Amino acid sequence: MLKSGLALCLLLLISALGGEIWAEDLPRGETVRISGSTTLLPITQKAAEEFLKLHPQEDLTVSGTGSGEGLKSLIDRVVDLAGSSRDLKAAESRRAKEHAVMLVRHTVARDGLAVIVHPQNPVGKLTLEQLKGIYLGTIKNWSEVGGDDRVIVPINRDSSSGTFEMWIEIVLKGQRHRPDAQVQSSSGSVAYAVAGNRYAMGYVGLGFIGSGVKVLAIDGVKASYEAVLRGTYPIARDLYIFSRADSSAGAGRFLQFLLGPQGRALLGAEGFVPPAGAL
Amino acid sequence: MSPEAVLLKPKLSPTEHGARLFFLACAVVALGQMFLIMLFLFKESLGLFTSGTSLKEFFFSVNWYPTYDSPEFGSLALVVGSLTVTFFSTVLAAPIGLSLAVFLACLAGRTTREWVKPAVEMMAGIPSVVLGFVGLVVVAPLMQDILDIPTGLNVLNASVILALMAVPSIASLGEDALSAVPGEIQDASYALGATKWETIWRITVPAAMSGLSTAVILGLGRALGETLVVLMVAGGAAQIPHSIFDSVRPLTATLAAEMGETAIDSPHYHALFALGTILFLLTLAFNLLAYWLGRYWRRR
Amino acid sequence: MFLSGVTLADRQKREFLALSLIKILGLSFLFVMGTLVIYLIYQGAGIISWDFLTQFPRDSMTAGGIWPAVVGTFGLAVGSMFVSLPLGFGAAVYLAEYARPGPLLTVIRLGVNNLAGVPSVVFGLFGLAIFVGFLGFGRSLLSGCLTLGILTLPTVTAAAEEALRQTPASFREAALALGANRWQAIRQVILPAALPGMLTGAILALGRAAGETAPVIFTASAAFTMANPESVFSEVMALPTHIFNLATNGTHIEATRPQQFGTCLVLMVLVLGLSLIAIILRARLRKGRKW
Repeated sequence: MLKSGLALCLLLLISALGGEIWAEDLPRGETVRISGSTTLLPITQKAAEEFLKLHPQEDLTVSGTGSGEGLKSLIDRVVDLAGSSRDLKAAESRRAKEHAVMLVRHTVARDGLAVIVHPQNPVGKLTLEQLKGIYLGTIKNWSEVGGDDRVIVPINRDSSSGTFEMWIEIVLKGQRHRPDAQVQSSSGSVAYAVAGNRYAMGYVGLGFIGSGVKVLAIDGVKASYEAVLRGTYPIARDLYIFSRADSSAGAGRFLQFLLGPQGRALLGAEGFVPPAGAL
Repeated sequence: MSPEAVLLKPKLSPTEHGARLFFLACAVVALGQMFLIMLFLFKESLGLFTSGTSLKEFFFSVNWYPTYDSPEFGSLALVVGSLTVTFFSTVLAAPIGLSLAVFLACLAGRTTREWVKPAVEMMAGIPSVVLGFVGLVVVAPLMQDILDIPTGLNVLNASVILALMAVPSIASLGEDALSAVPGEIQDASYALGATKWETIWRITVPAAMSGLSTAVILGLGRALGETLVVLMVAGGAAQIPHSIFDSVRPLTATLAAEMGETAIDSPHYHALFALGTILFLLTLAFNLLAYWLGRYWRRR
Repeated sequence: MFLSGVTLADRQKREFLALSLIKILGLSFLFVMGTLVIYLIYQGAGIISWDFLTQFPRDSMTAGGIWPAVVGTFGLAVGSMFVSLPLGFGAAVYLAEYARPGPLLTVIRLGVNNLAGVPSVVFGLFGLAIFVGFLGFGRSLLSGCLTLGILTLPTVTAAAEEALRQTPASFREAALALGANRWQAIRQVILPAALPGMLTGAILALGRAAGETAPVIFTASAAFTMANPESVFSEVMALPTHIFNLATNGTHIEATRPQQFGTCLVLMVLVLGLSLIAIILRARLRKGRKW
């Protein structure tokens, strides 16, 4: 019995080593791998589910890793589609060129970042300038912006997310945020944290505005579907899905589904706005 | 050459030789792992210092802004964050864990011990993500409401949850150490008229000091290296905390939150490996401390 | 030794206080953990059903089950054993049976002990750099198994070495005296005697591999997949990462709360069940041992 056990172990070792050698020859499978921005996750996840209902023979995996990682994986051919809440950075275009990868950008939706506070917070509006002060740390108390005498607990997204990058760009104009801001790893958890904390404020995509939080008007405009669609809300951006020119046929079929009428219909349900020109 | 080896030498068959080589190879691979890990950590860390960050900035700056257009990779706030939660969790876990160890080894009856010791060992196996989840969903809101503090995701919460993780391993290892103390010297103490507590405090505990200190330090090492708990409940702010109600961003949490999302070979990637190296060296230091303390107490 | 001037009554009072404090601290911890486990069972039991265990998640994870995570965790935990058991058992045999006391043995033992203390997130970094990146396995079941394999290697090695050392020297000597060579002695006498103890360590390692989160996030995990893994190069879901994702990365954190509690309970039952098996095995071993 022991001899056979040992033989088994050896066999496994050999097969493990062999796996390394044969790894390159294995067909990468028809599985379509989608990764990237967590902001886009609700759309891609829902769309993947609907897509698979219609086409049960297809195979999809969806994960949310942040825009930067998604694009990196796309260039490295680890995934087939990458959601991104920002355009390519110069370094990424360069890297794509070095790897002889041609990236194609598809605008999936438009998204606004709503500024949210606890429903019991009396503050109802802020200016972009005040928002900047709060996240830089020059404004530390709600009483300085017309609220109660309470410390402000600003919540950031993690520093690799496209949402964070957009916030730094539009609100902080590239300046460094205060180091004591809390960090949450997704829009959902920001909304959850704000809903449970009277001191807190945060920023989330429109899809994450729930009953537990209050949306602030920024420079006089409240984040909403219409305001983002019309372009009057100051903190808004386009959301993209990137593919490679040589992405698999399955990826192409999913993309077609997502950008087509069925995909568009899902956007609204998850709180996103169709891209300009789509209506 | 030992006499044994001389005796065995003529019998070295090919199987014998092959078996020996196989087992040696396994041992070398198991050990090689450690050097490979060290090598990789160091190698990948170096890239940070060839891409414009000075050693001084990395070790002494408190500014961790890895994704800005002009990034800064200062690790001090993260290291302090790690050490802070480790310190407070040990302050909580050591007395409780050691009490439990004393209770099991010296006070509890045989039946109690037979049931409680395995239960404690099983508690040590509760996955950290489950405890982190409890900290996030149960402890944080409770703390926020009861203490009326700005956030429940802070040093205190992380320390409490880490302590829950560390207590079972401290208690289990501590109990082993206390039980190993020979009964004779305790009986001698009773014979001299000492009370139970005096015997425990002056005889049993000092005799087991080697094992007890190892237990505490290994618990400490576990808290230092624990990832999911601090990722979920420490709040994530890269700052030097001023009170136990401030949020921190320990090394492990930074690694877990950012590693998956950074481009390979970017300065940020190398900076994260440098953080991994710090973490590795810190745990190495704790291990050596445990080893050294154990020897120190044995010698006394 | 005892200070004069301290009366017996004082000493008894001190004794009472000290022992009470110890009991209160120890028992309150047991109470807290007990409450916690009961709370998790109470919150999680409601959703547990056959369907919860065997169905794919639906409606953005707010409905359906955790089947892919169960499969993934099973694959990762069992797969990692294919790496750590042969290597760990082999290394342990070398350490316990072949190595002579000396610098090499000290270095290997120190190294293995140190590895056991290295944080799992560092193993995750290593796995990411080597298996996912350098060897090009990508985020996959294979990368995850290899990473968890080396993560559990020190546990397996230490437990196996301990078990081997507990077999009495007389077994070995008797076998050698009967003319067996060292390998025959190991194979036919020592290994069979030590095997149950070695397996106990393996079961504990299995539990650890099933409960690990950070390395799995780095090397193996998909947040959502609609299919069972087709090959070792598939990304997989896992129970611990599923909890983490739903509780912190999810899009519907409140709505998936029951799933989170349910998954916690499943994971706890799995991991604690494994360590219970190991504990029972070890207890029976101690009782049944004739040496």
